[in-house]
Amino acid sequence: MSLFEMVVTPGSVDTLFYIGSMLLRIVIIFGVIMLHVAYASYFERKTIGHMQVRMGPMVVGPRGLLQPIADGIKLFFKEDIIPAESDKPVFYIAPIISLFAALSSLAVVPLFNGFVIANINIGLLFILAMSSLGSYGIIMAGWSSNSKYSFLGGLRSSAQVISYEIAMGLSLVGVMMLAGSLNLTEIVKAQERYPLNMFLIPQIVGCFVFVIAAIAETNRAPFDLPEAESELVAGYFVEYSGMRFGLFFVAEYMAMIIMASVGIVCFLGGWNPPLSILEIPYVPFAWFFIKLYILIFIYFWVRATLPRYRYDHLMSLGWKVLIPLALANIVITAIVKVLL
Amino acid sequence: MLAEGIFAYLAAAIIVLSILVVTRRNPVHSVLLMLLLFFHIAALYLTLDAEFLAAIQVIVYAGAILVLFLFVILLLNLKEEMVVSRYIGPWPLGLMAALGLLFMITLSLRSFVAGPSGQITAALIKTETHTKVLGKILFTEYIYPFEIVSMVLLVAIIGAIVLAKKKLRS
Repeated sequence: MSLFEMVVTPGSVDTLFYIGSMLLRIVIIFGVIMLHVAYASYFERKTIGHMQVRMGPMVVGPRGLLQPIADGIKLFFKEDIIPAESDKPVFYIAPIISLFAALSSLAVVPLFNGFVIANINIGLLFILAMSSLGSYGIIMAGWSSNSKYSFLGGLRSSAQVISYEIAMGLSLVGVMMLAGSLNLTEIVKAQERYPLNMFLIPQIVGCFVFVIAAIAETNRAPFDLPEAESELVAGYFVEYSGMRFGLFFVAEYMAMIIMASVGIVCFLGGWNPPLSILEIPYVPFAWFFIKLYILIFIYFWVRATLPRYRYDHLMSLGWKVLIPLALANIVITAIVKVLL
Repeated sequence: MLAEGIFAYLAAAIIVLSILVVTRRNPVHSVLLMLLLFFHIAALYLTLDAEFLAAIQVIVYAGAILVLFLFVILLLNLKEEMVVSRYIGPWPLGLMAALGLLFMITLSLRSFVAGPSGQITAALIKTETHTKVLGKILFTEYIYPFEIVSMVLLVAIIGAIVLAKKKLRS
C-alpha cells in the first residue's frame, strides 16, 4: 500500500502509525546527514591540510573538532547582504531550491535493509530527476544576482551539470539492466549474487564513468570551474552572504554525500559487506557508512591532487569520452546478459 | 474524497500557473513558473499510478528542455520584452475564435465515450510496476512506431550538426 493510498483510504488503521514511523525516519536521517555535512567540511580541511603538510583547523576545540559548529554559528549571525539590482524573489528562492533538491534525494536512499523513507519503484530515476532540479538553483542564483561573475559561473555550472547528467544516467543503465529494477533496495539485493557483493567488477566501466560524472555533477575539483576563484571570484554564489551562502554550502556537501550514496547502492553493494566474514554484527548500517567515508575521502584526495580542468577539455571529456564509453558499456552488458 | 481534492488542487494549480506563464513580462520568471507547472503535471501522473511517466516528465521536460529554454533566454539577454505587432488584428476577433473553440469542445465532450478496456488494467500496473508494463508494450507491440520516432530524432540531431558545422566547410 503506497503512502498516497494510505492517506486517501478513509479509516485506514495503520495511517497514524505509518506517518509516525515515517516522521521518525525523516528526523533520524536528516539529523545524521546534517552532522555528516558539518563534519565533512572538517574532514576535508584536515585531509587537504595533511596532504599539503599543514595541520588544518586546530584552534576551536581539541584538534579543531568544534570548527564546523563555530563556522555554522558564524554564518548564521552574519549580515545578510542582498544586491540592490538583484531580482529579489528569485534571489531568495535559489538557495532553497538547491538545498531542497539535495535533501529530497535522501528520501529514497536505503541505509540498510528496509530502512528507507520512501521505498519507491523508480528510486534511481527519482534521484536523477532531483539532481537535474539542482541545476536550477545554480542558474537562478547566477542570473538573479545581476553580476557578471555569478552569471558566468551559473552558465558554466548548468552547462556542465546537463552534459554530465547524460553520462551519469547512461552509466547507471548497466546497473538497471543487471538488477532488472529501478528500486534501490532491489538493486542492492541483486548484487548479492555477484563477487564481493558488488556490481563493481561486472560494471567496472560504468563505475568509472559514474565516479567522474559524479565529481563533475557536484561541481567539485578538478571540475570546479563554476567556482574557479582565479577567474570568477566564487562563481554563482559570489553575491550571497550569511546563511544564504550557508545553504549553498550545505547543498554542495549534501549533493556529494548523495552521489557517494548512489555509487554505494549501485556499484558497491550498499549495506552488504564485501565478504560475509567481515559482517559487523548488530550494526546493519556499518558497511554503508564505511563505504561512504572511503568515497568521501576519495573526493578530497582528488581535490588535493589534481589541477583544475580547462573548460573545453571538460566538455570534450564529457561528450566525446564518457558518453561513448557509457553507451558501449550498455551494449556490452546487454549482449552478455542475453548470452548468459 | 481526498483523491478528488488532490486532483482538484492539481487541475486548478495547472490552469493558474499556465495563465501566469503566458502573462509574465520577464521571460525568466515565465520559465520558472513553467518549472512549477511541470512538477504539478508530474504529480498528476503520480495520482494515476504512472510513476515512470512522472519521473520522465521531470527529467526530460524540467531537467533538460526547460534548461535549454532558460539558456536561450539568458544568452539573448532581453532587457525588456520585445514589442512585436500582433499576429491577428483586433482582439474581438481572437476572443470570438477562442469562444467558438470552447463551444465546440463542450459540444464534443457530451459525446465522449470511454474506450474499450484492454489487457493493461490498473491492477496489472500495480502488481507489475508501471515501468515494466510500459517497457514491455513499447518494445513489443509498438516497436515500429518507436523505431520511427527514434529515426526522426536522429535526423533532427544530424540536421543540427550540419547547420552548426556549415561555417567550417566553406
